[in-house]
Order: sequence, then structure tokens, then C-alpha cells
Amino acid sequence: MKLLVPYLKPYRKSVTIAILFMLFDVICEILQPILMANIVGKGIESQNIPYILGTGAAMLLLACFAIFSGFGNAKHSATAGVGFAANLRKGLFTKVQQFSFKNIDDFSTASLATRLTNDVTLLQNSAIMGLRILIRAPLMFLFGLVMALRMNPELATILLVAIPVLLVALGLIIRTAFPLFNQMQERIDGLNGSVQENLTNVRVVKSFVRQQFEKQKFRTSNDGLTDASLRAMNVVILNMPVLMLVMNLSTLSVVWFGGQQVIGGALDVAQMTAFINYIFHILMSLMMLSMMFVLLSRASASLKRVTEVLRTEVDLTDSIHAGEYLVKGEVKFEGVSFKYDPSHPKNILEDISFEAKPGEVVAIIGGTGAGKSSLIQLIPRLYDVTGGRVLVDGRDVRDYSLDSLRGQIGVVLQKNTLFSGTIRDNLKWGNSQATDEEVIAAAKAAQAHEFVSGFPDGYDTWVEQGGVNLSGGQKQRLCIARAMLKKPPILILDDSTSAVDTATESKIRESFHTMLAHTTTFLIAQRISSVRDADRIIVLDDGRIVATGTHDELMQTSEEYQEIYYSQQEKEADA
Amino acid sequence: MAPHKKPAAIRKPKNFGASVAFVWSYLRRKKGMLFLAAVMVIVNIGASLAGTAMLQPIIDNFLQPVEQIPVAARLSGLLKGVITLLCIYLAGVCASYLQTRLMLSATQRSINDLRRELFDHLQDLSVRYYDTHTHGEMMSRFSNDVDTLNDALANSLTSLFSSVITLSGILFLMLRQSWVLTLLTLAMTPVMFLAAGNLMKRSSKYFVAQQANLGKVNGYVEEIITGQKVVKVFCHEQDAVAEFDEYNEALRQTATTALTYSGLMMPVMMNISTINYALVAMIGGLLAIFGYLSVGGLVVFLQLTRQFSRPITEASSQYNAVITAIAGAERIYEVMLEPAEEPDPPHAATLVQEGHDFFWQRYGEDGKPSERVPVAGDVRFEEVSFGYVPEKQILKQISLYAKPGQKIAFVGSTGAGKTTIINLLTRFYDIDQGRITVDGIDIRDIRKDSLRDAMSVVLQDTHLFTGTVRENIRYGRLSATDEEVEQAARLASAHSFITRLPHGYDTVIEGDGANLSQGQRQLLNIARAAVADAPILILDEATSSVDTRTERHIEHGLDRLMKGRTTFVIAHRLSTVRNSKAIMVMEHGQIIERGTHHDLLDQRGRYYQLYTGAVELD
Repeated sequence: MKLLVPYLKPYRKSVTIAILFMLFDVICEILQPILMANIVGKGIESQNIPYILGTGAAMLLLACFAIFSGFGNAKHSATAGVGFAANLRKGLFTKVQQFSFKNIDDFSTASLATRLTNDVTLLQNSAIMGLRILIRAPLMFLFGLVMALRMNPELATILLVAIPVLLVALGLIIRTAFPLFNQMQERIDGLNGSVQENLTNVRVVKSFVRQQFEKQKFRTSNDGLTDASLRAMNVVILNMPVLMLVMNLSTLSVVWFGGQQVIGGALDVAQMTAFINYIFHILMSLMMLSMMFVLLSRASASLKRVTEVLRTEVDLTDSIHAGEYLVKGEVKFEGVSFKYDPSHPKNILEDISFEAKPGEVVAIIGGTGAGKSSLIQLIPRLYDVTGGRVLVDGRDVRDYSLDSLRGQIGVVLQKNTLFSGTIRDNLKWGNSQATDEEVIAAAKAAQAHEFVSGFPDGYDTWVEQGGVNLSGGQKQRLCIARAMLKKPPILILDDSTSAVDTATESKIRESFHTMLAHTTTFLIAQRISSVRDADRIIVLDDGRIVATGTHDELMQTSEEYQEIYYSQQEKEADA
Repeated sequence: MAPHKKPAAIRKPKNFGASVAFVWSYLRRKKGMLFLAAVMVIVNIGASLAGTAMLQPIIDNFLQPVEQIPVAARLSGLLKGVITLLCIYLAGVCASYLQTRLMLSATQRSINDLRRELFDHLQDLSVRYYDTHTHGEMMSRFSNDVDTLNDALANSLTSLFSSVITLSGILFLMLRQSWVLTLLTLAMTPVMFLAAGNLMKRSSKYFVAQQANLGKVNGYVEEIITGQKVVKVFCHEQDAVAEFDEYNEALRQTATTALTYSGLMMPVMMNISTINYALVAMIGGLLAIFGYLSVGGLVVFLQLTRQFSRPITEASSQYNAVITAIAGAERIYEVMLEPAEEPDPPHAATLVQEGHDFFWQRYGEDGKPSERVPVAGDVRFEEVSFGYVPEKQILKQISLYAKPGQKIAFVGSTGAGKTTIINLLTRFYDIDQGRITVDGIDIRDIRKDSLRDAMSVVLQDTHLFTGTVRENIRYGRLSATDEEVEQAARLASAHSFITRLPHGYDTVIEGDGANLSQGQRQLLNIARAAVADAPILILDEATSSVDTRTERHIEHGLDRLMKGRTTFVIAHRLSTVRNSKAIMVMEHGQIIERGTHHDLLDQRGRYYQLYTGAVELD
């Protein structure tokens, strides 16, 4: 909760004004019954027409004031509530931007997205509801109580019974309903999850002829959900009858005890009616508060998920003596070990040492899970090493500021993304200052220019989110062009030409030679053909370097390399 | 393809009547409960109005009597009145509880029926439907549309009904007290409706704008966060925050306006009602002075005035909910109207099993079993043409013949029509021209279920279900024993990694399989197909996510799996298809080359180019 205060702070004024308007509104409303009682009681009894007209006019005036203050309150509470949510959303977004790769992995991108969208929206709605009702209900309760006590303290003792009874009953209902609602929510999630799965797996379901099986499965969870919903709601619907019962019994008590006072002459009928109205106000505001309680506790799950993000410590930041240095392109690993999860017993990378000179092409090859991607991600400091050091130009990567280090390293990740926008917009991520000529040159080098100019809109072609309107090979080439536009001293390509044919791929490699002659290039690939020209090939197996050398050397010395080689080449005729 | 922007559509129900009728078709089944609920609503309202009306005789006869009555008589009269009120109130409370409970039961059970029928219908829809609609779209029928309908049925229905009853009851009682004051109140009604309508219109206009902006913010957040790692790699964080700010600011502005208007609703309506109340008090006071109205009558009338505005406010605030719910119902209805997969012809052949042997059981015109054909796996395509849309033919005059037990492979670029062949063989789609036969029977004369039972399919997308590893493999054949499941896993080289999972075969995997690698998921897919033990095997890019070394290890298992089965293989990687009996090279919906690996290499054609890497696949 405390974490959220700063987001509401800029709206202190709005909140204060909203409270003042509400106060005014409540006062206007709370005076109505007593004025009415004056008309019906004193006015009629004394047959005083000017008094009746005057009091009536006062009532009308109060109502107009109340509309005015209602307007003021609506405006300012909306400003504060919405503003709070907007600030919170921005705070979260900014926080996530600072997240390290590990932070992102810990949450998973899908869960982060939900937290920033659904959860914040829910909090916004609760904040606005809360601002209105959490101010109104207590004020109403307070003023109603004051009026009731001033009017007739004896009758007000009825409230001593009514309020606790209502509170206990509502409390019991909420306490019983709560776990039931959680159970219902779980079943809703479960049902939606399994429907989602079923939709995705439709071909599997159909090809194994499992429709009946699936229908049966759904029937069970559907009935389970209905049962859970009914169980939860059947408790909650007791709310209204309980409130009605308490209100009615209070009314009856007022009529009975108040009636005796009327008969005794201590009270007039109009005052008795006004008193009933105050009791209504008091009990109603309690009811509202209890509903608010339910609403807010439902929002508390979202609140928890949101504060989890805000509270997360960014585990990879600039160190205090970090500086900006120009990179030439020498990369050195010294006894590096690494694991994603510090509590995991086994390292992903173990005792990695090698050196790459500026302008060299270093290829890394190995089976899935050998640690290739983990290795190259240590160079731009996407993760921190567990042991050992990674040096760029002889300086520990942790001594560079993140912006200066990453700004000089071009990375094409294995799971790469294009963003919605034109092709030009996307390429310019590499260098926002790039001229059209530079953009085209980079696209040409990545062998993307040809297909881009084939589109009717060329470089202004709209890319859908995630690049779904492009083929895998096209996306990969655009991602390479984007990284090349950076003209980085160090370039990292993580399996980024897997969907490109070998002929095009070799052309891309050729343009690396000419365009990025001084760039140190790291290349992860599955295909031997992609790596055989590299200055050096590192063979990784189970997190260790098992061999290093050129293609020809490795063909002589490394059994693992040969095995990979032969799995891709035709050995003998085995058809 | 030419990419372009799509505008988002906001929808209101197009066919209001049909959608309402659709919803009613579900509610109708709970007619009894609904009727009882309606009775309870009337009892409840009757009790509440009677309660208010009872105050008048109590006040006028015993509390402030016109003529003198002894105090004892007044007290006993008061007691009698209070007891009557107590009975009325208790009846009201009970009716109110029963009414909600009945409505809840009726609507929840209706929603249960609706959800079940929607799901059942989805199961029966053709693959074509799934291919032309996004999962998100279908999912939102299930969650959002059903939910809004659920809320509307539970809340709006009762509140609309009770609003009407309450209003008429109040008017009746008002008229009994004083026609002058009733006219006064009625004169205020148009003001109320106008104010409510006006506010509603404004707030819903800004709400639409707010929802649009919210959509933009959420879309942006989702996109950036999904690509967050790329953002970091390009140090694009500051730009992202700046761009986000623009969207967020736009949302802040529209949301503030929208919520201001919706926040005005309550105070405005309440205070118009208060104005009415003040006027009634004033004029009623005068009427009482001149003897046209008793004090009790005035008090009752004032209480009625207080209750008068509530049903109006409530009904008008339900308007939006009802419209949204009907629009949701319409979207569900549209899905329900989609035709299911074409039914099988009346005397279609079925698959029967005797021991380890499978037969096609054919039927005569009279529906009596006729001949039995052993399932051998003889598959023929005879001049098959097909297009997903009539304008664009994907397959053109394809003919091929797979002898029982042969392995036939398809290679070619994306869009060449390889997967389409599988879609036709499994009858996910039906051909336009030509004929496909299995063991000499046209596949259109075989029951779809039987045809699919005769095939094990391993698909490119490695879809698994939430459940244990064992359950997932057993999905291939529900009657498989634990030993058979393990045997299948061994065959697919999955056994060793499964035993290394935290709970072995009982490890629960999530549907999206976050805890398994893509390659491991593919191995489970293969095991699932292996346990099905069907005469025809189809492998669509079944090993694409396994690295080449591992693929070599499982080749042995695959070979055993394929033994004695007619197998269709689609592969991206040529190493996978090398040992096929026949390789079909497909291009633009035609088979342009066919033969064994060596034949094709000798031809120095397309296959040779692919093999040497001179042209691009995909």
C-alpha cells in the first residue's frame, strides 16, 4: 500500500477538493429530512403558510447546491482516480524498462503484460469507486448518527442494537463467501485455460477422434464451475435480505417506541418519519462500506501483483565506477561460469575461456541446451557471470555503463521481434539518426532490400505486431539489417539465419566481410555450412568448450564436431 | 502479400430480435423457476409498498387521530399495526431472498447449458472454421461474451422487471393519496428521463473513446513487453517510455471526462428526486393545511416519492449492460449458427478391430453389413484438385499411390501444398475434384471418425494438454496400459528424458509446455502417435525442432514405428526424408519431381538444388 502513495501524491489537491465537495453534498442531503419534518410538523400544525414556503425553498436550494457539489466531486474524484492509475501505469512501465533479462525471465513477459494492463485497469476502477464511496459512506454514517442523536437520543438506542447486528451479519456473509469466491475464480481460470488449450489443439483432438472425450471433460468442469458459482453467490445474496430485515425491524421499533412517544406527546409524527430516514441513511452507508470492502479485497490480488513488480530489485545495473568507453572489438572470456538460477546446483556454462581479436569471426556450435545462447548473452551483459570475467578491450564488461556497452554491440537474438510500424521505423531502431541511404545499404547487406522493394509500399510497408505478415526468412533478414545499421564494433548473431537458404546466407556473410571488416562477429548456427568459413569455431557440449579451431582443424581433432558434420552430410548411401 | 492496417470495429447488435430470441431459448427451459421468481418479485414489491401504505392508517388512526380516542385503545391499535407491519415485512424479506435465489439458479443453469452447447458445437465445427478465426476471437466468446450475458441475466433482468412493477405500484398508491401530488411527481419524470438519457449518451460517447485509448495503451504495453529483450538490446528504453507517455496521457484525458460524466449520474438523479421531494413537501403541506390530505397521507406520499426515482435510475443504468450483453449473445449465436462438419453419408464404412487386425466394415444400401476389407494402408490420390478458397487452387491434379507399408515423403517450399495433402487425407478439408481412396474405398464413404482412427498424426505444432506426461501420451489411445505408454515413449526416444523429470511419467506439464523444450515436446508428440498404433502414420515436420544429432538418435525408433505402416512424411530438413521409398518434390501445388533420393539427385533438378542449398526453402 505504501508503495502506491507517491502515485496519488500529485493529486492531493484533487482529493481534498473532492472530499470537501462530498462533505457539502452530504450536509445538503442530511438536512432534507429535518426540514421536511419541520414542514409536516410545525408548518401544518401552526398553519403557517410562509413558513412552509420558506422551508420548501430552503430544501430546493439545498438540492441545487447538492447537484453543484456532486458535479465538483465527480470531476475531482475522476481526475484523482484516473491520474493515480495513469501515474501507476507509467511507474510500472518505466520500472519494467529497467528490468534485467533475469528479472524479465522471473516474471515471464506474458505475466508482466497482464500486470500492466488488466491489473492496472482493475485498480483504476477500484480507485475511482473507492474515492467516491469511501468518502461518502463514512460521512453519511457520521452525520446521520449526529442528526439521529440530536433529534431523539432515546430512540437512537435502537441503533445500538441495529448497527452491531448488521455488522456481524455482513461480516459473517463476507467471511463465508470469500473462500467460495476464490474457489469460483480458480474454476473460471481452469475452465478458460482448458477451452483455450482445446482450441489450440483442435487438429490433435480431431485427428485422434477425441471430441466426445473432450466434451465429457468440459461437462465436468462446466458443472463444477456452476456449482462453485452457485455456492458462492447463494451466500452473497443473503446481503440484501439481511439489510432489509435489519432496516425493517429498526423501522418497526421506531414506530412502536416512537409511536408511544407520539401518543405521550413527546414527539410528532413528522419527526418520527425523519428519524426513520436517518436510520436508513446510517444502515445504508454501512452496507455500502461492506460492499466496498468486498470490492477492494478483490482488487487486492491485482494490487499484490502490481506491487510485486514495483518492489522487484533490478539485479543488473551500472556499477558506481562504470564509465563510457569506445570499443575496438576485442573480447575475452576468463574462466567464466554461469547459471540463470543461483540456487540451481549445476552451472549452464563451466570454465569458459577464449579470446577474440577485433575483426575476427567466431562461430559457436553445439546441440540444443549446450549453452550457446547463454554464452553470447554475457558479452553485452544481458546477464552477469556467476564466476570469472568477461572482458571487452581488456576491461571488465561490468566497468562499462550499460548504455555505452550495449550501444556498441549489435545483437540479433534467437527469439527476435519486429514491432508494429513501417519497415523503415523498425530498421531505424538500430540507429534513429540513419539516413535513407544508410537504411537501404543495411537492408542490401542483409539481403533484405530485394524483397522489401518488391512490396507495393517498399520501406513504408506496415509491419504487423510481431511481424506476422512477413515470412520467417524475411523477418530474420530485417532483424539482421536492424543490427547492422548500428555499425557495431561487435556483432552477435544467435541462430539468426536458420530460415534463410544457404545461398542467401553466404551472401549475407560476404557483406559482413566487406561492410563490417573490423567488426568482431559471434555467430551461433546449427548448420555446418554456416560456420565453416569462420576464423575460429568453438564447439560447446553441456556447457563446456570441447574443441576450438578452424573447420579443417576440427575435422581432424574433434569427435563431436565430426558427429555434427556427418549428421548433416550424406555419409554413405543409406536409403 | 501486401500488409496493411486494420481498423478495429465496435459493434452493437445487428439483429436485436434474433439475439433476444436466442437468449430466450435458453431461459425458456427454466420457465418454472422464472415464473416463481416473478411471483416472488411481485410479492416482494407488494410487501414493500404495503408496508409504506400501512403507515397511513397507523398515523391517522392512532398516532395523530382526528377525533379523540383513549390512550389505551391507541396503544393497542399501534401494537396491532406494528404486528401487521412485521408480518408484511417478513413476507417481503423472504420473497426477496427467494426471488434472487431462484433467478440465480435459473440464470446460472442457463449459462451452464449455453456454455456446454457452445463448447460441444465448437468440437463439431470444421477445421476450416478454426483456420479462419483466431483463437482469441473464439476465446472471447467463451469468456467475455458469456460473462457479460451472465451478469446481465442475473442483474438486469430482475432489475428491469422489478422496476416496472415497482413504478406501477408506487403510482397506484400515490393516486390513492392525492392526484395533485401525483401529477406533480409525474411532471418531474420527463426531466428525470431527459437528464438520465443525456448523461448516459455523453458518458457512453466518452466511454467508447476511453475504451479505444485503453486498447491502444494495453496494445502498446503488450507489444513492448513481449519484445522487451529486443528493447534492451537496442537501448530503446527511453524512447519506449516517451512513446508510452503519449498513449497514457491520451487515455488519462478521455478517462477523466468519461468518469466525470458517469460519476454525475448518481448525484444528478438523486437530487432531481430531492427537488421533487421538496416540492411535494411544500405543496403537500399546503394541501394538508386546507384539509385535502391527512398528515399520514402526506408522510406516506413523501416516502413514496423517495422510492420513485430509484427504479428509473436503475433501469436506465442497466441500458448499457443490456445492449452489451445482447451484442455478446449475438456473437455467440453467430458461432452456434456456423455449420458443423459435414455429416457422414448414411452407410459409410466403419473401422472395426479384431485382435490385432483392422477391417473396413462396409454397409449395403439397406444398412446391413456387407463386405469386410482388411486395412492395409493402400492410399491413392487420383487427380486431386483443391483450394481453400475457390479463387486460389492450392493443389492441381495431384495423383500418387502409396503401397501398403511404403514411406512417402513430401518436400517443397511453404505454400507448395504439402500440409494441404495431410489436411485432405484426414478430411480436415474435402477435395474439390478427383478422388482419394484408402484400401480402394473413397474416403468420403468412410465415417470421418473411423478414417481418423486409422491414422496416427504427428503435427508440426507441438501441442500438448495440461496433465501428466502419461496422460498426454495416452491421449493417442485411451485404453493403453502403463506399459504400452512407456513402450511408446521408448520408441520415440522420450523415455530417458521423461524419467529424468521431477516426477517421471507423473510430471504435470502445462499446456503451453513451458517446462519442456520444444524438442522434448516433439518427442512426446511422437510417443502419442506411437501409442495410437494405427495402420497409417503421418509425420508433418515431426522432428523439425530436434537438433540433427538427436534426430539421428531417434531415427531408429521412427524406423521401427514406420515398419509395416504406410507413412507420409513432410520435412523441411532433407536428411529426414532421404530414406523414403518415394520423395515428392512439390512446387505451386504440383508434384514436379518424384523418385528416390538417388534418382532425384541424378536428375539434377529442383531436389538437387535444394539439397545443395542453392535455393531457399520457406
